Amino acid sequence: MREYILKRLALFIPTIVLVTIMVFAMMRILPGDPALLILLGEEGEGSYTQEELDNLRHQLGTDRPIIVQYGKWVWDLLRGDFGESIWDGTPVKNELRDRLPVTLQLAVMAIVISVVIAVPLGVVSAIRQDTWIDHVTKIFTITGVAAPTFWIGILVIVGLALWFKWLPPLDFANLWTDPVTNAKQMIFPALALGYHDIAFIARLTRSAMLEVLREDYVRTARSKGLREWIVVFRHALKNALLPVITVAGLQFGALMGGVVLIEAIFLVPGTGTLLLDSLHRRDYAMIQAIILLAAVFVLTINMIVDLLYGWLDPRVRYG
Amino acid sequence: MLPEQRIEEALPTIARGWRRAPAPVRAVIDFSRRKPMGAAGGGIVAVLVLIALVAPLIAPHDPYKPDAGAIYAPPGGQYLLGADETGRDVLSRLIYGARVSMWVGIVSVLVGISIGAVLGIVSAYVGGKFDLITQRLVDALLAFPVIILGLGIMSVLGASVNNVIMALIIIMVPRTARTVRSQALSIKEFDYVLAAQAVGAAPVRIVFRHIMPNIFATCIILSTITLGLAITTEASLSFLGVGVPPDVPTWGTMLRAAADAFISVSPSLAVFPGVAIALAVFGANLLGDAMRDVLDPKLRGR
Repeated sequence: MREYILKRLALFIPTIVLVTIMVFAMMRILPGDPALLILLGEEGEGSYTQEELDNLRHQLGTDRPIIVQYGKWVWDLLRGDFGESIWDGTPVKNELRDRLPVTLQLAVMAIVISVVIAVPLGVVSAIRQDTWIDHVTKIFTITGVAAPTFWIGILVIVGLALWFKWLPPLDFANLWTDPVTNAKQMIFPALALGYHDIAFIARLTRSAMLEVLREDYVRTARSKGLREWIVVFRHALKNALLPVITVAGLQFGALMGGVVLIEAIFLVPGTGTLLLDSLHRRDYAMIQAIILLAAVFVLTINMIVDLLYGWLDPRVRYG
Repeated sequence: MLPEQRIEEALPTIARGWRRAPAPVRAVIDFSRRKPMGAAGGGIVAVLVLIALVAPLIAPHDPYKPDAGAIYAPPGGQYLLGADETGRDVLSRLIYGARVSMWVGIVSVLVGISIGAVLGIVSAYVGGKFDLITQRLVDALLAFPVIILGLGIMSVLGASVNNVIMALIIIMVPRTARTVRSQALSIKEFDYVLAAQAVGAAPVRIVFRHIMPNIFATCIILSTITLGLAITTEASLSFLGVGVPPDVPTWGTMLRAAADAFISVSPSLAVFPGVAIALAVFGANLLGDAMRDVLDPKLRGR
């Protein structure tokens, strides 16, 4: 196991380094000089002298060689310093501290909702294969995989407004100070975000269950007279859940993309809306911090999933 | 020989010719018999491509022309699916939207899968340092969630149809390269490749004559499966306002306009473009699943 962990870690570090280079390179190619943007203002109405421009470039550090800029950025990152927002000069870290928990809460809710709904759905449609309940599930999962997340989000809002004359409260409430309002705001975005994964995970659970139910040890369990639900839950489900755990983990990382769309639609003040606003303002420091965090988050989740899988299924370790 | 005799002699061949339709037609018929759902999916995609091709002929109205008297007109009446916030015909815009979706989807898939496949094969065949570096690059690119990578690339390139295609290609290449590489690695060890190496075939010849044809099935499967991802991603980026410019009618920009406007005024505006996207993705997914079952049983359930 130790060798497996070390091997996996050896893959993790160079990838993170490459990710930082890519994010940094992407931001440098972005058209527009941040110093010029600050001086001109959002509408381009400001005026400036060459001296002011040079001073600001020096202050932002954009006049130094690229490699020095990169080095400084990474060095600061290692010390937990994400730099200052180019937009309003406040530390990027402060803004992220406010926004990140919101996005994480949304993602965790979405993945919990989808696993809690999808796994029973998959199990039922596997043990009742080719009955009406299996067909209904199949229609649901096929449409769920096809319908884009942001459209589901729009439909949820339209549905709520039209049939219930109700919209989630607009003023965002903190999870810890006002959990009731917070739940009202977060439950529908989480459902919309999780919808795709419900379909995906249910489909996977069903096929994994069907495979496991044909195994010899399930037949043995049945023939020694165990009750059906013990066979299904203790013998079959336990083994069928292995691929499901992997996929749920990977989907959790992938949710970081869908979160941007869902936050934009439901006006949730998380990192997704922050990313969109920052892109609009060309706030390099903020954009690169968010994109980097998303990538590192995905890489970390993938590594944890791999390690978990290696621990749960010894065959993986020696493969 | 009399002409009649010649015809008589040729008759069995002609008759056989009649019974035996040309190979591609036979393949389609055979596929539809074995995989009716997959054929239905292929049919949906084919119809959408056809709609995209003949859009100017079948669109009942000009998709760009506003009609001040029909703002937020409900479905039915002169405008079959209603009109949008400036009174433009929703049905015509949907039909023109198919053009962008299909064009972006098909072109990005063709180019993206091709580049990814070549990269994957070369990476597997050359091996060594080249393989190591390519695979770490692929790892790094795969770390970015699709939408976030798309947002980043589009903000560098600027909103336009060609740039969306470019972004989608950058999204697809690492995914394809990863899958193709693992396939090519196993093919590389087959006896016929070793035999070709033994008789002194050049690496380029081995890659193109011996490995490439065996990757082809995988590429077709990947293409159909990825088409759905391409359509959704284009719509998502256009919805966020960084994809296709807002004046071009696409399903994503239509949904953006619907969400920007007060949606409860005219809910149908938020429904139809989404149905179109879901239908296209649904068709591509059905076709992809069936292709996978038919072409490569090994990939099943993945």
